[in-house]
Amino acid sequence: MDLELMTNSFPKLLSAAVITLKLLSVSLIIGLFIGLFFAILRLSKNILINRFAYGYSYIFRGTPLLVQIFIIYFGLGQIEYLRSTALWVILKEPYWCAIIAFALNTGAYTSEILRSAFQTIKPGIIEAGKSLGISNKVIFYKIQIPIAVRQSLPAYGNEIILMMKGTSLASTVTIMDLTGVAKYIISTTFKPIEVFIVAGGIYLFMTFIIHNVIKFLEKKYSFN
Amino acid sequence: MELLAFGDTGWGDELFYATLMTIAVSITAMFIGFLFALIFTPLKLSKNKFLNFIANSYTTIIRGVPELLVIYLFFFGGTGAVMFVASIFGYNEYIEINAFITGAFAIGIISGAYSTEVFRGAIQSIDKGQFEAANVLGLNKFGKFFKIILPQTLRLAIPNLSNVWQITLKDTSLISVTGLVEIMRQSYIAAGSTRDPLFFYSFAAVLYLLLTFVSMKLINRLEVKYSRGY
Repeated sequence: MDLELMTNSFPKLLSAAVITLKLLSVSLIIGLFIGLFFAILRLSKNILINRFAYGYSYIFRGTPLLVQIFIIYFGLGQIEYLRSTALWVILKEPYWCAIIAFALNTGAYTSEILRSAFQTIKPGIIEAGKSLGISNKVIFYKIQIPIAVRQSLPAYGNEIILMMKGTSLASTVTIMDLTGVAKYIISTTFKPIEVFIVAGGIYLFMTFIIHNVIKFLEKKYSFN
Repeated sequence: MELLAFGDTGWGDELFYATLMTIAVSITAMFIGFLFALIFTPLKLSKNKFLNFIANSYTTIIRGVPELLVIYLFFFGGTGAVMFVASIFGYNEYIEINAFITGAFAIGIISGAYSTEVFRGAIQSIDKGQFEAANVLGLNKFGKFFKIILPQTLRLAIPNLSNVWQITLKDTSLISVTGLVEIMRQSYIAAGSTRDPLFFYSFAAVLYLLLTFVSMKLINRLEVKYSRGY
């Protein structure tokens, strides 16, 4: 055990963890909106819209995240037309490519979580709202969404942790996140075990915090 | 379509073999995962606190740390560990471990942590009366496990194991960083030499979709088989 290497690499890995957290939070926020949008499309009775939303979530859940990042980062740059538009400012940055891939990926999983949450709401609750003369829009925003959010908290907590692990793939497109820096230190010192313990410890700590925050929220918003 | 031709002019045959490699690594990893689950599920269910602690650390660490980091640990650390063991036996030459074995082992350990949780959940949700009934019938330990508990565990576990399979299949794409030529690595090579990454990575996505689609169909059949009588 090389304790000196462990103490020396800790501050480097810790500052890389900030980049991991940034990637995670930005993609989760964008992904939540994407997920909500597609969950609403999935509830639509129009078969075409429904199929479209299903196809989106099927494709993003059925392929590895690595392929998605590579298509966006290496693939989209190949299209000449894209290079001439304003979008290119975003797409040439590996940071934003990673975030687009993560957001689309987590959006697909989130849409499934929210859809099943919407579908488990008892029709009686919506009917009760209607009989009170509340408009459909208000029923949706004030009754359906709060219940669905509460319903989907445990599954969404798992998704946050999976996504945090997913951000490690940003290191494959040159971003120096926690895994990227860990790999760099391993390949220069050839001490994989020490670095794994420190970097893994930081990841576990973040998992622990997320897990407990979700647990707290579940308790706070429980129906009992 | 020329790019996908078989033979020297296209990448069709290379990608076909790469797909077979992905399937082989996934099945090996899933199998190694089952072996790990076989060891750790009893530890999880044991009444001994220390054994519990070991099993819980395994599943918590593996499920809380990114797959890529575990793969780097095995990729960079695997050779060192094997050479260390070999040096005890007096062998000091450089040993290179096969990328297939390293990769399958790394993914297998990850997959094993998920499988352990699935089996634990399934066994715990079997009604206590089933164990008692088996005792009353005078079945011995093996009969009890193989005839009563295991068939019911499988019925409950198969839907969740199919999720573990999907995760394992997708995780194998990460082994490409170690140089094993599976779908992702082959697409990377093809994209580099033809300068057509969009086409090859999209095609890789299609291959993965095909694999997940076909395996889902097969698993659904198993599910039907094991839930007859319900």
